[in-house]
Amino acid sequence: MQFMLLFSRQGKLRLQKWYVPLSDKEKKKITRELVQTVLARKPKMCSFLEWRDLKIVYKRYASLYFCCAIEDQDNELITLEIIHRYVELLDKYFGSVCELDIIFNFEKAYFILDEFLLGGEVQETSKKNVLKAIEQADLLQEVFFLCCLTKAIGCLGEVWEGS
Amino acid sequence: MALTVVSQIFPREMIPAVLPLIEDKLQHSKEIIRRKAVLALYKFHLIAPNQVQHIHIKFRKALCDRDVGVMAASLHIYFRMIKENSSGYKDLTGSFVTILKQVVGGKLPVDFNYHSVPAPWLQIQLLRILGLLGKDDQRTSELMYDVLDESLRRAELNHNVTYAILFECVHTVYSIYPKSELLEKAAKCIGRFVLSPKINLKYLGLKALTYVIQQDPTLALQHQMTIIECLDHPDPIIKRETLELLYRITNAQNITVIVQKMLEYLQQSKEEYIIVNLVGKIAETVDTYAPDNAWFIQTMNAVFSVGGDVMHPDIPNNFLRLLAEGFDDETENQQLRLYAVQSYLTLLDAENVFYPQKFLQVMSWVLGEYSYLLDEETPEEVITKLYKLLMNDSVSSETKAWLLAAVTKLTPQAHSSNIVERLIQEFTVSLDTCMRQHAFELKHLRENVELMKSLLPVDKSCEDMVVDASLSFLDGFVAEELSQGAAPYKPHHQRQEEKLSQEKVLNFEPYGLSFSSSGFTGRQSPAGISLGSDISGNSAETGLKETNSLKLEGIKKLWGKEGYLPKKEGKTGDETEVPPVPQESIIMENVDQTIIKKDQSQVLTQSKEEKEKQLLASSLFVGLGTESTINLLGKADTVSHKFRRKSKVKETKSGETTSAQNMPCSYFSSSSDVTYEDDYYLDTLQDRGDKELNKFSLNSELLDSESLTELPSVEKLSSCTLSTPSLFTDDMEGLHSPLSTAASVANEISLASSLLEETSEHMHSDLVEVCNNETISVSSYKIWKDDCLLVVWSVSNKSGLELKSADLEISSAENFKITEQPGCCLPVIETESIKTFQYSVQMEKPFTEGNLFGFINYQMMDTHSLQLEFSVNLSLLDFIRPLKISTENFGKLWLSFANDVKQNVKMSESQAALPSALKTLQQKLRLHVVEIIGNEGLLACQLLPSIPCLLHFRVHGDVLALWFRSSCSTLPDYLLYQCQKVVEGS
Repeated sequence: MQFMLLFSRQGKLRLQKWYVPLSDKEKKKITRELVQTVLARKPKMCSFLEWRDLKIVYKRYASLYFCCAIEDQDNELITLEIIHRYVELLDKYFGSVCELDIIFNFEKAYFILDEFLLGGEVQETSKKNVLKAIEQADLLQEVFFLCCLTKAIGCLGEVWEGS
Repeated sequence: MALTVVSQIFPREMIPAVLPLIEDKLQHSKEIIRRKAVLALYKFHLIAPNQVQHIHIKFRKALCDRDVGVMAASLHIYFRMIKENSSGYKDLTGSFVTILKQVVGGKLPVDFNYHSVPAPWLQIQLLRILGLLGKDDQRTSELMYDVLDESLRRAELNHNVTYAILFECVHTVYSIYPKSELLEKAAKCIGRFVLSPKINLKYLGLKALTYVIQQDPTLALQHQMTIIECLDHPDPIIKRETLELLYRITNAQNITVIVQKMLEYLQQSKEEYIIVNLVGKIAETVDTYAPDNAWFIQTMNAVFSVGGDVMHPDIPNNFLRLLAEGFDDETENQQLRLYAVQSYLTLLDAENVFYPQKFLQVMSWVLGEYSYLLDEETPEEVITKLYKLLMNDSVSSETKAWLLAAVTKLTPQAHSSNIVERLIQEFTVSLDTCMRQHAFELKHLRENVELMKSLLPVDKSCEDMVVDASLSFLDGFVAEELSQGAAPYKPHHQRQEEKLSQEKVLNFEPYGLSFSSSGFTGRQSPAGISLGSDISGNSAETGLKETNSLKLEGIKKLWGKEGYLPKKEGKTGDETEVPPVPQESIIMENVDQTIIKKDQSQVLTQSKEEKEKQLLASSLFVGLGTESTINLLGKADTVSHKFRRKSKVKETKSGETTSAQNMPCSYFSSSSDVTYEDDYYLDTLQDRGDKELNKFSLNSELLDSESLTELPSVEKLSSCTLSTPSLFTDDMEGLHSPLSTAASVANEISLASSLLEETSEHMHSDLVEVCNNETISVSSYKIWKDDCLLVVWSVSNKSGLELKSADLEISSAENFKITEQPGCCLPVIETESIKTFQYSVQMEKPFTEGNLFGFINYQMMDTHSLQLEFSVNLSLLDFIRPLKISTENFGKLWLSFANDVKQNVKMSESQAALPSALKTLQQKLRLHVVEIIGNEGLLACQLLPSIPCLLHFRVHGDVLALWFRSSCSTLPDYLLYQCQKVVEGS
């Protein structure tokens, strides 16, 4: 997989993940071009697109378009399923996910994507395993946060005692 | 977390730094970490495959990991590797099949299921790998028939994922060695895809059909109605895929319809990429299957006008070639061309239509070449049309040049040409230099109609014009200039050579001066020029002939004004303007020619001398002059067998010393040679005492060989090799007599000479003493054999006693593979004798330098055994051999190697030229010169046993740009270092 884009019906980019090195300018250009092309397509149309020498697989979930670019010899249907699995993961994690969840918790969405896809390839197909990994990461973050908090309180206490 | 980051986009240079860390993580207890480590490695493999080569074995371990995730991750790597080289992994087919069987059979944990399909991603990955493995390989394919059948059967559920698997199955079935049963099933599946109401599946079905169709066109017939429906589908993607399918089944019968459809689509589409792609396809099919001329031209017109300037430049070129070369039938050709011309004229008649530049270029060419076929329209009218276009501002200057060329072609056919004159007037003042030049050409050509007609013949575009490439007609002009004191032209390489050879630079000056008085300057200087190369030598000869009949002034004028077309002009000039040759001049000429011959012969000897110096093969002999070289070599042949070998050794030796271009250097190298020779003899003459002899060898090295007086035989030997060849045979006797007096040594001499026989076949190093004590001394030297390094230790017994159970042992070293040559281990060393031990050494792992340690055990008469240790230094250079490959292979290898190193090196003054730099590299580093192109060169070598390394270098002034590539990562660095040392040092 070359890259993955998430954008809204208004053409606002919500999430992007690039697995090939490209300059910012190129990324912007590609994004703009793709968003236009995909949005122009009618709902009944085929969800595969040939674009330059790549194939674009996209799917619409509510107001969000999920769009993946793959190489010619890759399987389009399974890419569609990758998108679906990612949506399932998001759904499970957030509990009936909506666009706002992704806007406000975009870092979580990235975490999940990283656990699921790594370097452009499917890393873990088991839903349970991915979610477990995310939970662990969250836990780690919380523990770290708590540590910081206790430390800060400790410092405050010293300050109090000192005065 | 860090592993996740690593697997994202990662700079290539940092891989070596983190690689060991990730390798450690492969053994981590947590599967998630192992999995991520494997994927990070996969990423590395994509970025730089050669850097992870050594851990392939670990990938296998990952494949057998107990966790499914890790195993699945490793499949990505295998997929890549198998794609690159499927033959190397055939043995893994069995395991892949087993894994797939387990997956399909539902043996995996339930949480890998996706919509009740077991691990679809894993299945697809496996199917793709199997497809690659089984390609054109019946045996491997047979292994997987069962499991494919099983997969096809299992994937019955009506869900996207199952279709994905089915599709992959079909793909695999068609890519492996075919089996009719499976093919049938697969065909049925495709039918399901194509007939499906779901648009995605339809698309995939079409896609499957496109690649199936090449094997089985009948399948398309079954679905022809669906295909027709798809052609008119509202979704352009479907349409496009259908066109792709049709393109594959194009033949002579259906071409018109298919191309019609393609053109329709082409006119609708906006995207550049699609247009380029489709135009190429149309042009290709049209070329092969065109039913008739009119249609062909019409279609190509449409293609050109739509495709415009974005299309591939090959398309118009091919089209024009087709027109020019034509088919077998001449009348048909004429028809085709006529039709083309007519259609273009009608197209040009239309007002206010813009055509792409490429199309205009094609038109102008065709009109220029084939307008004569027209009956009703005169060339004037065509020219008028072209003129109109030329005046159009929207036409690019490149196209204008095409147009003007067409006008030029038409001019000779036109009768009245007001319009041409107007055109010339306008463009001779054009700001565009190219246009102006064309206009001037046209103007001058018009002044000479005869010439013009011969230069621009009608309908001769395919025939090559005879052109005098050697520019011989210019020799007269050159001669005249030379007589007026201009410096002669020398080719680049010649100038370089002259700079190099410090003495006796070839001087052309006198010739010019001495002949300027004779009045026939014409022919001498071409002869002088001919020195440089053979080609110009030929031209000088023809030049001699032609200057006889050529009027110099006329030619000179032509050159002055027609700089652009000198070749063609000159040739026709030769034919048209032949003035009668005055008798007198011929006589004068004969006189002159004899003088020239003399000069040439003189020059020839000089150049020969220089050449020999350049070759550097004669540093020993050439110093004495060319005559003595021949004499010496002649004599040497008559000498006894043993010594002829030696002189050969000397030659190779002297060939090895490179930079020695001057006389002092050559003396030095010869004296060092003698040293070696002496040394060797002194070794054989051990009974005379080591110390004394060492002194002599030292002397012979330091002093000029003439002044050696201490030992008569040594002195004579060295002096004879250096100067007087007639003495050589005498000295043999002189040398033999002291040898024969020492009767006990006689056997050893024969042994030594037999050894020498072998050494003379290969390059070898000097004999170096590695250790000694009062009883024995051990010396060693290296022989660089073609397949290995042979290290020879010669152990000499200096004492008067017999040594018992003497044994030389070489301790095994980490990086070397050492094998003892048979028949060289002798338990007893007799008094005052030499024994040799040979070991062949192979390098196992590239490294820069290493030591070989060894010891010798011996036992004197009734004493305890003694041990003597020694070591020999071996460098990587000892294992470098020339790699003899062709330029083509060089190119292929070059592309396949990933490790490259570039560096600019400043050359020392003595060798600031390509040839000498090359020689140095060739001889000192044992590189093979593949090819030399201008100031660039290709070299190749290999590290024994067989690691190739390629070198590309270029000379800029005194800077040498080196570029190494090899499959081994350390080799280029090391070689670069050596090159630097050689090039800068000497």
